[in-house]
Order: sequence, then structure tokens, then C-alpha cells
Amino acid sequence: MIRFKLNGKETVYDGTPEMPLLWYLRDIVGLKGAKFGCGMSLCGACTVHQDGEAVRSCSVPMKEVNGASITTIEGIFANGLHPVQKAWMEVKVPQCGYCQTGQIMQAIALLNQNHNPSDQDIDVAMSGNLCRCGTYQRVRAAIHKVAKELA
Amino acid sequence: MNNIQNVSRRRFLKGSLAAGTFVLGARLVPDLLWANSSSAAPAVFQPDVFLAISSDGTVTIVAHRSEMGCGSRTALPLVVADELDADWSKVVIDQAIGDPKYGEQDTDGSHSVRSFFAQMRQIGATGRVMLIAAAAKQWNVPEKECATEPSFVLHKASGRKLSYGELAPAAAKLAVPKKEDVPLKRRSEWRYIGRDNSLFDLPDIVTGKATYGMDASMPGMVYASIEHPPVLGQKVKSYDDKEALKVGGVKQTLTIPPFKPPHQFQPLGGVAVIADNTWAAFQGRRALKIDWDTSPNSVYNSDQFRKTLESTARQPGKVVRNVGNVDAEFAKGGRIIEAEYYTPHLAHASMEPPVAVAEYRDGKVLAWVPTQNPQAVQETIAGVLGIKKEDVTCHVTLLGGAFGRKSKPDQAAEAALLSKQLGKPVKVVWSREDDIQFDFFHSVAAMYLKAAIGPDGKPTAWLQRTVYPPIGSTFDVNAKYADDEMGLGWNNLPFDIPNHRAENGPADAHVRIGWFRSVANIYHAFAIHSFADELANAATKDPVEYLLDLIGPPRIVPLDYKPDEQEEAKRYPLDTGRLRRVVEMVAEKSGWGKRPSGKGHGFGIAGHRSFLTYVATVVEVEVDGQGRVQIPNVWTAVDSGTVVAPDNVRNQFEGAASFGASLALLSEITVTNGVVDQNNFSDYQLVRMDTAPKHTNVYIVESDAPPAGVGEPGVPPVAPALYNAIHAATGRRIREMPLSRAKLV
Repeated sequence: MIRFKLNGKETVYDGTPEMPLLWYLRDIVGLKGAKFGCGMSLCGACTVHQDGEAVRSCSVPMKEVNGASITTIEGIFANGLHPVQKAWMEVKVPQCGYCQTGQIMQAIALLNQNHNPSDQDIDVAMSGNLCRCGTYQRVRAAIHKVAKELA
Repeated sequence: MNNIQNVSRRRFLKGSLAAGTFVLGARLVPDLLWANSSSAAPAVFQPDVFLAISSDGTVTIVAHRSEMGCGSRTALPLVVADELDADWSKVVIDQAIGDPKYGEQDTDGSHSVRSFFAQMRQIGATGRVMLIAAAAKQWNVPEKECATEPSFVLHKASGRKLSYGELAPAAAKLAVPKKEDVPLKRRSEWRYIGRDNSLFDLPDIVTGKATYGMDASMPGMVYASIEHPPVLGQKVKSYDDKEALKVGGVKQTLTIPPFKPPHQFQPLGGVAVIADNTWAAFQGRRALKIDWDTSPNSVYNSDQFRKTLESTARQPGKVVRNVGNVDAEFAKGGRIIEAEYYTPHLAHASMEPPVAVAEYRDGKVLAWVPTQNPQAVQETIAGVLGIKKEDVTCHVTLLGGAFGRKSKPDQAAEAALLSKQLGKPVKVVWSREDDIQFDFFHSVAAMYLKAAIGPDGKPTAWLQRTVYPPIGSTFDVNAKYADDEMGLGWNNLPFDIPNHRAENGPADAHVRIGWFRSVANIYHAFAIHSFADELANAATKDPVEYLLDLIGPPRIVPLDYKPDEQEEAKRYPLDTGRLRRVVEMVAEKSGWGKRPSGKGHGFGIAGHRSFLTYVATVVEVEVDGQGRVQIPNVWTAVDSGTVVAPDNVRNQFEGAASFGASLALLSEITVTNGVVDQNNFSDYQLVRMDTAPKHTNVYIVESDAPPAGVGEPGVPPVAPALYNAIHAATGRRIREMPLSRAKLV
């Protein structure tokens, strides 16, 4: 029996312990904000938070979330738009939008640890998140915008 | 017959619109045909809802094009709303299913806005005129005394005002005015067109609520993952699913029959694992043991094939454009320059892999698909199941990227086939490995160019040959020539050269070939603009000055257009004045010539017209001691005529710089014994935050010209401009893609 918090709610899972968190979220619980992109931690589309840290949910088996607190994009929005989501809208970052929930979750984790990231900090933190539409410049601009506003 | 009809009294909406709703239907045909639409009108006109105004003021506008990130789903309804003078915050967008009554729905070729701009304006303006008429009647005043502001009709003289919602029931009873009685807004009156606006789906995207194909579901649905034949055309000889069936959650396995050539969009065949979640289906698939038959495509090795393409390119090919006599000019002797260029296969790799949900029931199919072309979904499913196209309903979700891949609905046909066998809805999910290995690939290509150089350094003759397996091979097993792709930057060289010949040589396809963002323009622009830069260097001229010299004076370039291209040619002639202007603009904006190139730092330029849009791009590179390349800046000047959503245009061209940098720097698909060598983003690489161009600066030419393409034309100039910059920085000439094949130090 695996017990953990999902978006603040006590949750119990008794299925295959090897099932990746991503597929638990998407196919079992129906939380579809985290996206499937590669299945191998290569693209970041499935990024969620485990105890506040950005993780690739496609590569986190359920047995590893025992006792953890998991937050998905749905949990981020529960209290209204997060400043990062607001910045994403103001900068008009998305094109197709498929990778953007992962980008946003990664950016929130970055900004929680580093209130004023440099370009190089952003490169390091965000380079695991692919965007085939190529919105990187706007992702960077939106992160700087949040940092400036929170300063 | 008017293309727009008042269909308020029809009851075809299954009661979703309340009584008193004002509904206009429209028959959509591309704008180029629409200009003479009375002659094109069919005998039976079956308009569907296109624009509906409910008595509560909600304005529903149908989006008949797909949204894959280019903004079409926002841009076209925005044009309707502007001419209607509706309050955009009251607009709801209704995504159309696939249906021929919407006309052509294939969201490709960067043509959604260009093909439907005039009609969207007309539909909106017609609604506005009818709402004004309804108000004028109620107030008993002349219509010309009435004006509108967003979602209201006003009578200024008396200070009266009625909302569109209040007027809807009365407008619903009026006849549609004639086209000539429907004034369009002046440009200065546009509220939304040409202004900053956001994607309609933006709030849903950032909150994770947006529904892509990957997020679609149906009650009782099962999940399928399919092991496809590793080599195109292989068939299942036998298979063993014992281990697969032991995986928890796996229910059964099923075979999918092989395609009948030509493969078109048919499923590839293979073995499907059915499970109660996606992960179980993936796991079950890994445990399958399949014995595959042989295929003639097992002989395909892309390294070998390159040599074949290159040797074909050295031989005379089919002439696709001829000006003067290049042979006579070459025979004169003098200075001759030759060069060969090569580009590999590419995979689309949209972030959302192919996926579809379909249910077969009682001879009919209901499907939810992230597709660029819902009517192709209908046709393909109908074809493989032997049912009528009308019996396939295709709902269109948002697309998590597409880039041409999602014009081809093989995965939707797989879902429908499996659903028929299982008697329940099926969701087919392709893994990233499936996506990269079984794509409809961007074609591999070889180009040969030759020029005779006059005393002034300018070419007196220019010969260009291109050779690649054509997209036509997907539809015709005998297709060897790329006849339909010559207009993509090959039979329309906009240079002022007295002797010019463009040729195309034959090539066979051994993998599925398909449209890829910007299509053949990618390799054509690469060859032409690399060669132009080589000639500028040979002539020791500045590349921008030399390019402007090649383009020559402002003029309309005479080209041979096919009968079906005549309308387009009249409306969008190849105008070298516009091409010159974007080259001059990007040179000025980038500060061209102000900082010298060399010592690992350089600038390069390319200017290419595609999808009727003129684009010039300057790339700045820095190459360090280890040969690593950074792109601090890209500057792009764009003339795409009238622009609906300028910020979205900037976003598309910023994205195109990254897309172009991916293929120029990193991406390639290679094939060994018919099997694709790459699997995932580890070996099929794309630019990331740290390797993408850092700043892309987009400049849009103010223009009243008809709208042209936006989604694709940003890509082609990037690779040649980047390679030209590398040459300026290091002296190394790059003649093959991607750069990762070359060692810069």
C-alpha cells in the first residue's frame, strides 16, 4: 500500500508499484495536465513536483512516491493563477502549449529555489524541457518577469 | 447564390442553441475561388452554423481549421468578430468536426488565414449589417444613422442602444443582404486585426485544462500500443505473446493487417497489445516476440543512398525552369564554380506523439483525433474499414504540435480497426520511439549547383539540380520526380541572371515520405543561399550587397504557372521589390557590416520567399575553441502582407528560428538495412534552452497586401544564414546538414 499526498489530499495506491507516476496520474486518476512526451526523462513534458522538487513523472515509479507530497499543474491552479502562470499569459509564451505545463512546473521549482535566476541559471534549470515549437526565448522572458515582480 | 445564408430556423443543432438565436451559415471555399463564387456555387447548398448570436449575447464562431500552435483557431474567428464588431470576451469558439461542407480543412501549407481571410470578414460584416437592420427597424430610423460598438448597435442621434443579444431574435428573421450591400470595415476601424491579442486557448493551456488528443477519452475505452514492422512493408510471419499476456493490465493481443501499396495513410500493420492503461500496453509490447517477413526496403542504407542521390544530381535531370542558355554560357569557359549540398531525413517529433481514440459501433465510427486534416481521418478510416466516409465522425482536439505529421492519420485508422475487432472504444498511443521510427519522414536530398562568373563577379549562368524521393511516393509507388514540390523554392529562383536552368532528378523512396514544416524549401533554400554566399565570397563582395545584386531591380519575376496557379499568381506575384525590402530591412536592423566577422564570430544572411511570404534572416554565431556553436542573435524581417495577429507572427518566427537551428545543428534520421537508427530525444536531438538562438528579433513589414503564410516561411532561411555565419566566423563552408556531422576544430 502506497500512501502519499496528491495536490494536498491524502491518497492511497495499491496497484503495480512499478507503474510510473505519469500514467497513474493520467490513466488512473484522470489528471491530464502532465503530458507524455518521451517516457525517458528526456523532454520534461511530464514534470510535476515531488516534495517541491521538479521531477519527471514518466520515470518516477509509484513505489517511490510513498510518503511524498506530489503537486501537479492542477494543484498549482487550485488557488487561482500562480504568478508564473500569469507571466506565461502576459508574455504569451505558448504556441501549441503541449509542453507548457511541464515548463511551468519546472519554472516554479526554479523560482522557489532561486528568486532571481541569471540566464545561465535558467539554461541549467530549463534545458531538460523541450519545446518543439521553440518558445524558449519567451520562457526565459517570463521567468525573468516573475523574478522581477517578486523582488 | 450567396455563400452566406440565414439558417436561424434550421433545427440541425440538436437543440444546443436556444430559440431566438441568430445563426448564419456559410459555404467556405478558398478565397482565391471565392472571388468568383457565384459561378462556383453548387446546386445544393447545405450551410452549417458558422456564426451564432444567442439572446444572452454569446457569440459562437466555428473554427473549421485545426490548432497545432500556429494560431489559426484564434485568428480566423478573430477576423469574424472584428467585422461583426463583437465583444471578443463574449466569443465562444466551436471546433468543427471533419465535414466537406466546411470546404477544405487540411491545416497545412500555411494557408488558413490567406485562404479564408476575405470570407471570415464577409461573414462577420454580414452579421453586423443584419443586426443594424434589426435595430433600425425597431427604432424606425434609417440604417445609415446606426453604428456599432463591441456587441451593441447605437443610434447616436437619440442616444439609444441595443445589445447584439437583444437584437438576435429579430435579426434571425431577416434576409441575408447581397454581398455588395455589405460594407467591410476600413483598416483603421479594425479593433482586433493587426493588434496584440492572445490565443483563445491560452488560459486553458497554462492551467493544464486544454484537451489534446493525448487527453481524449471515451467511456469503457481500452488502450493499445502497437509493434510496427521495423522495415517498411514487412509483414508479421508469426508471433508469441505468452510473456506479453503475463504483464499486469494486458488483456489481449491483435494483429493489424499490412497496408496495400501505395501505403498512403494506411496503418503500417503489426501486433497490437490491448491493456487497461497506457503503461501496461507499453510493457506488454516489450514482451512480444515477433518474427517478421522480409521487405524489399531492407536494402535501404541512407549512407549508401546518399551516394546514389549525389551521382544522380551530377547528371542532367528533368528541366523544370529554363531561362536563356546555361550550356552555351558554360561552354564559353571563364570562371566556373560548382558545389554540392546534402540534407538528411528528418522526423517531425511534435511533443505530442501520434494518438487517437476511436469507437466503432453499428457500422459507424466516432473518433477524437489531434489531426490537421479531419476529412483525411474520415477517408482513411472509411477506406480501411470499408465503410462510407459520411459514417465516420471526426472530432478535432487541440494538437500538441504537428509540423505536417498530423496530416497523416494512420494512427486513427489503427484505433478504428482495433475498436471494430474489440467492440469497444480504443485509444492508440504511440511512444516517442514509434513516432521517430515510423514517421512520414522529411525527405533526404542532394543538390548540385554550378555557376559561370562574369568579370563583375555576378553569375552569367546558374544551373541547379535537386534530387530526392518525392512526397508523391506516398501516393504512387512509381513516383520518382518531385513535380508538385518544385514550386517550393526551386522553379522560382528570384535572381536576375540571364541564363538559368533548374532541374529535378529521379529518386526512389524506401521509407514513408511526407510533408514537414516548410517542406522542400528547407533543402532548396539551403543550397541556393549557401551557393549565393559562396559566390559572394569568390567575388570578394559583401554578402548582403551581393544578394541584392543577385535579386536585381524591383520587378515581377515571370514564371510559368499551371492553370490552377493562375489566380494565386495574379494575387501574389513574385515581387523582387518586396524581397529586396526584407533583405535591406534585416541588414539595417542587425547592424550588418558594423561589426566585422572572423575569429570565431560571424554573421550570415539568407532571404527566401515561401508560402507567398518574403523573409530575410541574419544569424550571428560564436564558435569557441572546441568548435561549439552558440547563436546569440537572429534577426528576421517578414513581409507576409496583411497581418491578423502580429504577436503571434513574432512567436511563429521566433519558434522557426529554433526549429531551423535544430535541423541545422543537430537533427538527422539515418537508416541501416531499412531500420531507422534513432529512437528518442537522446539520439534524435533538438535544440534546448541552452542551444537555441538566445534572442530572435522579428520585424514585420507594414503591408496592405493580401495575407500570406506565417507558420512555415520562417524556417528555410535559418540553416543557410547560420552556415554562412559559420563560414564568416571560421572560414569553414558547411555543405551538409546537420552541423554535428562536421568537426569545426
